[in-house]
Amino acid sequence: MYDRKKLAGIATHRKMWHDETLAPSLGKSPPRLERFSTVSDEEIDLLYTPDPLSNFEYEEDLGYPGQYPYTRGVQPTMYRGRLWTMRQFAGFGSAEDTNSRFKFLLEQGQTGLSTAFHFPTLMGYDSDSPRARGEVGMCGVAIDSLKDMEILFDGIPLDKVTTSMTINGPAAMVFAMYLAVAEKQGVPFHKVGGTIQNDILKEYIAQHSWIFPPEPSMRIITDILAYCADNVPRWNTISISGYHIREAGSTAVQELAFTIADGIAYVQAGIDAGIPVDKFAPRLSYFFNAHMDFFEEIAKYRAARRMWARIMRERFHAKDENSWKLRFHTQTAGCTLTAQQPINNVVRVALQALAGVLGGTQSLHTNSMDETLALPTEQAVTVALRTQQIIAEESGVANTIDPLGGSFFLEQLTNGMEEKAMEYIRKIDEMGGMVAAIKQGYPQREVADAAFHFQRLVDAGKKRIVGLNAYQSQEETPIPLLKIDDRVEKQQVARTREVRRKRDVRKARACLAALKEGSITPNVNLMPLLVDAAREYVTLGEMCDTLRETMGVYTDPAMF
Amino acid sequence: MATAKGKGATEATPKKAARKVRILVGKPGLDGHDRGAKIIARALRDAGVEVIYTGLHQTPEMIVSAAAQEDVDGIGLSILSGAHNYLFPRIMQLLREKKMGDVVLFGGGIIPDDDIPKLMKKGVDRVFTPGTAIQEIVDYVNERIQPRK
Repeated sequence: MYDRKKLAGIATHRKMWHDETLAPSLGKSPPRLERFSTVSDEEIDLLYTPDPLSNFEYEEDLGYPGQYPYTRGVQPTMYRGRLWTMRQFAGFGSAEDTNSRFKFLLEQGQTGLSTAFHFPTLMGYDSDSPRARGEVGMCGVAIDSLKDMEILFDGIPLDKVTTSMTINGPAAMVFAMYLAVAEKQGVPFHKVGGTIQNDILKEYIAQHSWIFPPEPSMRIITDILAYCADNVPRWNTISISGYHIREAGSTAVQELAFTIADGIAYVQAGIDAGIPVDKFAPRLSYFFNAHMDFFEEIAKYRAARRMWARIMRERFHAKDENSWKLRFHTQTAGCTLTAQQPINNVVRVALQALAGVLGGTQSLHTNSMDETLALPTEQAVTVALRTQQIIAEESGVANTIDPLGGSFFLEQLTNGMEEKAMEYIRKIDEMGGMVAAIKQGYPQREVADAAFHFQRLVDAGKKRIVGLNAYQSQEETPIPLLKIDDRVEKQQVARTREVRRKRDVRKARACLAALKEGSITPNVNLMPLLVDAAREYVTLGEMCDTLRETMGVYTDPAMF
Repeated sequence: MATAKGKGATEATPKKAARKVRILVGKPGLDGHDRGAKIIARALRDAGVEVIYTGLHQTPEMIVSAAAQEDVDGIGLSILSGAHNYLFPRIMQLLREKKMGDVVLFGGGIIPDDDIPKLMKKGVDRVFTPGTAIQEIVDYVNERIQPRK
């Protein structure tokens, strides 16, 4: 796109500027740092000029919003048509507690729901399991059976509001309960929209809420892909998530590379299961982190869109344009928040949210300032939501599409990000794909190394964090924290036991027997069996225990 | 369970020389956030401590039984799930029942300041809050924890 002669001239002038103008001034104002680098420790140049972009072609590398390769956005109008969905992640205590938080957030102008489940649910245990002691309702909402799910969405019409559910190991079971609630509300499955995270590969790499080993987990996922293609066409079947990989300490490039490599594994699994690619690929979505390094993050989202478009078209030969589009949710980086001077977190979140918006996200969660200490209070989550609303309504950044497109710096960062991520993907392909790479512990080790390296940089003061290793203050800033009532555990245990007592025991048992049989029979889709079980108030723990028997469990390789 | 010996731990040591400090780094409960635990495990190993890392999703019983088998001098727990008020005291109770009350129990994670004095009253030796430098924890282990007789 650039005139080569002019680029050569620019390179010559840049050299002259460097020698004649810059060099003499370096004595007077030497660089603040020995080395300038992004938060991922990628070196940053002093100045970005057009000359390194000699192969950059506008139409091929950027194109137009809503057109291949979607670098500038997946929608032709982007935020001029509709703002991103404001989707705060919420869940704590009982289903009643979380239902009232959902309603509060909707009243404050939030436009979509996002559910945080407590750890026992994430790991497939009921609240009365001995494994759940001390954890019930602490870090999310306790959902054991359809009863809890009915309460969670009481008064929330599932044909009007879309819900994202952060659930992976037991994604199919929780999704079955959600569908059963929709049915009770009289909403047909084809009108139900939302997302289950359902990204088990990321669990093995980073988040670590798994149940079954990789192969049976992948079977459950392809069952969901096939079931939704036929029955729940508006459902986003997998939210392929880099968020947790980044929170576990990866660099931006690793987040991008491992997430896209996970996506490749799911698409391949779907194809191998005999589902035509264009039947399920349009319903895959992504979920990225918004970390502290503003430009690196924006470049990451732009590179992700371009990479996915190229991979879907060239590698998987998808024909439907919707299969090429990488749609994504963004969450600001929880791991960047400090317990020191917590009010500063509001500023961090605002910058991260702005990066997500300038990167073209479809949906956004902004963290609350108190989240290094506890789950957010109503006041803190309101400020977090208002941050999005201020960016949307006041800052003007949503008025044009990809306003930073064409910046020499940003385009070079984007190109570099894509190159380095593709290098990782090549390595993973050579290992035999992501499942094989995970079994070798490859992504896990890469992330752990990066986490350790970053911590060392912080401890050495080479990466400065305000309040933590710079501008410390002795003054305590007490902020109010949300406390989870101890009674939640007792009440939840009692409710789950009552559900088991009151249901039709024979029907529940028959559902579990059918599930067991289905799980050992090839080519049986487990989803209809799980929906049947959910309808009969079979609990999450019972469904998962049944499948644990036939599918086995995954255990932590405990590497560090 | 992964055992990593500190530098030189495999070399022949004179019989009477004190053995290295042995620390079990544990992740009790169901939460999978192990970034902190792994960083601490590596840092302690690099500092010459013998580290036993339990891996994830351990019950208090599993942790105490591993601590007994490995004859550790200290247990460091990382808890981010909010279940610390149950898990720390339960592990302390099991240690006492097994006559291992002299094993130093410490930990960190997302633990509100208000809860720290209560945990210390129940026998937890030290609680590190988010943002603690790794070196501070390494120094604490070096100064506070000796190989048990």
